[in-house]
Amino acid sequence: MSKNEYTPFLSEILEVKKHTELEYTFRLSFNGDVRPGQFFEVSLPKFGEAPISVSGMGDGYVELTIRKVGKVTNEIFELYKGNTLMMRGPYGNGFDVEDYKDKELIIIAGGTGVSPVRGVIEYFHKNRTQVKDMTVITGFKSPSFVLFQEDLKNWNDNMKLILTVDKEDDTPSDVCENTKELPAYQVGLVTQYIPAIKVKSKTDTAILVVGPPMMMRFTVQGLLKEGYPEENIWISHERKMCCGIGKCGHCKIDDVYVCLDGPVFPYTKGRLLVD
Amino acid sequence: MGYLLNENNFNDVIQEWQKDYLIYAPKKMLGEGMYSDTDITRYAAINDISEIEWEKKSDFSFKEVLLPLSETLFYYTEGTVKEAEANRKSGAVIFLRSCDLHAVKRLDEIYLRNGYEDFYYQRLRANVRFLVIGCSATYDNCFCVSMGTNHIDSYDAGLTINDGLFHINSHWEEMNPLFSRCSQKEAEVVIPFVTSNQINVKVPENLSIAVNSASLWKEYDSRCINCGRCNFVCPTCTCFTMQDIFYTDNGKAGERRRVHASCMVDGYTDMAGGGSYRKKNGDRMRFKVMHKVYDYKKRNGYHMCVGCGRCDDVCPEYISFSHCVNRLEDAMKEVTGNE
Ligand SMILES: Cc1cc2nc3c(=O)[nH]c(=O)nc-3n(C[C@H](O)[C@H](O)[C@H](O)COP(=O)(O)OP(=O)(O)OC[C@H]3O[C@@H](n4cnc5c(N)ncnc54)[C@H](O)[C@@H]3O)c2cc1C
Ligand code: SF4
Ligand code: SF4
Ligand code: FES
Repeated sequence: MSKNEYTPFLSEILEVKKHTELEYTFRLSFNGDVRPGQFFEVSLPKFGEAPISVSGMGDGYVELTIRKVGKVTNEIFELYKGNTLMMRGPYGNGFDVEDYKDKELIIIAGGTGVSPVRGVIEYFHKNRTQVKDMTVITGFKSPSFVLFQEDLKNWNDNMKLILTVDKEDDTPSDVCENTKELPAYQVGLVTQYIPAIKVKSKTDTAILVVGPPMMMRFTVQGLLKEGYPEENIWISHERKMCCGIGKCGHCKIDDVYVCLDGPVFPYTKGRLLVD
Repeated sequence: MGYLLNENNFNDVIQEWQKDYLIYAPKKMLGEGMYSDTDITRYAAINDISEIEWEKKSDFSFKEVLLPLSETLFYYTEGTVKEAEANRKSGAVIFLRSCDLHAVKRLDEIYLRNGYEDFYYQRLRANVRFLVIGCSATYDNCFCVSMGTNHIDSYDAGLTINDGLFHINSHWEEMNPLFSRCSQKEAEVVIPFVTSNQINVKVPENLSIAVNSASLWKEYDSRCINCGRCNFVCPTCTCFTMQDIFYTDNGKAGERRRVHASCMVDGYTDMAGGGSYRKKNGDRMRFKVMHKVYDYKKRNGYHMCVGCGRCDDVCPEYISFSHCVNRLEDAMKEVTGNE
């Protein structure tokens, strides 16, 4: 008999961290191998399932950073520490840190796109000597949408870090709870900072670009314009997923199943995918 | 081995099989067709050989026997999950045509080999036997010859009717004594397969995703009404959507199901936040056609479409899949600018 991949297991919510009104990080009990960029199917009986990227990991737990947008995610926000969630996974390929070692690493991430690369940044933050250089550009809609503020402060010590927002909030920052202790930030799209990235050799880089489809498109365009080789770029795709295991068909593009073959793709492969 | 059985003999065999198997075959359902007063031929469990529709092509395929339209995966109450039992615990014998047995290979490819082996499929697939009904003549819209699915030997038994007798060619060793006991006589049996259809399709050698930008797809924007019927009747379509159901009398208990889905129907690609892909029906037509005759092969080495023609039979807008495939050659010329 084959293993039943569809039945979820119970996972305890160990900690809940609120970033913004709509985005929380849930620390959930989990024992097993997992990579940044992989995802879990998180489920709440009677509301359904949703694929959510691993935003962090450690001994006996994984972290999932969830944006409240619909049926399942709304309901998850009603749950707190001590409660349980159902999960299955991890699925997908994820990022392989081995691919980036001894390179000049550049990570450009927008919005919730920071979640899947957070584990990669954490890894090289702790093992900084394994890459030659490290530049991280994170972009958010406005100051009140900034995620992972504490991390952004910590990471600053051994990498080049740029935090940027598309525009200032419409309301003054002091009325907005989560913008009180924001690290220094700039205003402008992530693409503006690409020409200023300093590397010794453009061919010796590894570049991860994750975010909304438009952001990924323009970021990659900007990188190519600056002369970075396209073989050095990795992207992560997001598609509708119902099963996460190559059966339901929803995530298929051309001959690729995003849930099995991705969600992380070398750009040279990912760019050829036409829905 | 070959055996000749009359109807009573065959019913004796069926009765014997029923101890271990449910018998599925195409059956005429009166008045259940697409238009009022039309009949429909679809698969159902039978008890007697006379229930089988031998003449007409089945409107729906056998696939619901292996992939129920709606399948409960598990039941839940607060904090607990209980795996649903299979809707069929015995084995199954399925009467089907050559193209459809070729389609089984496609279902197996996705459900047993593409990533994890699927628990629910595997348990319904485990003890299934296939009886292939020979085809002496082609039906409307069939193009199995072009797809290379007109012939098959890998059946448990082959079957053809001659002079009122059922001629059976058995590869099912274990059943040979039964066939022998129930037969009028033993003889060499050759199962007929068609060697030509009225419709031929040609998938261009140079087909590539460049064809995505060809103009033909736009025609389907308005012609196709995205009803999804072409997917639901297709023996090789395997997509599903998850659904959580909860029982109103006890809000905490319910079940999770998977139900057949169609890439032609609205909502198939919807993402949270309102994003979706392939909004136009022409883009959906392209996605379906390219999957059937291009990208599935790129991944698995052989075409997905088995040429059964059911999608053409069922389309309320008279859209022909085979005609569309035959237009790909010109479409490739258009996009590559040759000639
Ligand atoms: C590989 C992968 C990784 C992901 N990682 C993460 C992650 O780390 N964090 C995260 O938060 N999300 C992530 N997502 C997205 C996440 O899966 C979806 O947000 C989630 O499925 C939403 O589920 P839901 O049931 O809450 O929403 P649903 O109730 O399913 O709501 C979404 C649906 O409702 C409709 N809808 C909802 N909101 C709107 C709107 N504003 N306008 C119009 N229609 C709307 C849409 O039709 C949409 O399909 C990931 C997705 C994938 C594929
Ligand atoms: S091609 Fe025909 S059967 Fe298929 S979705 Fe369009 S109208 Fe319906
Ligand atoms: S695409 Fe049409 S002809 Fe091909 S297998 Fe499916 S229903 Fe049959
Ligand atoms: S999510 Fe179901 S096939 Fe990829």
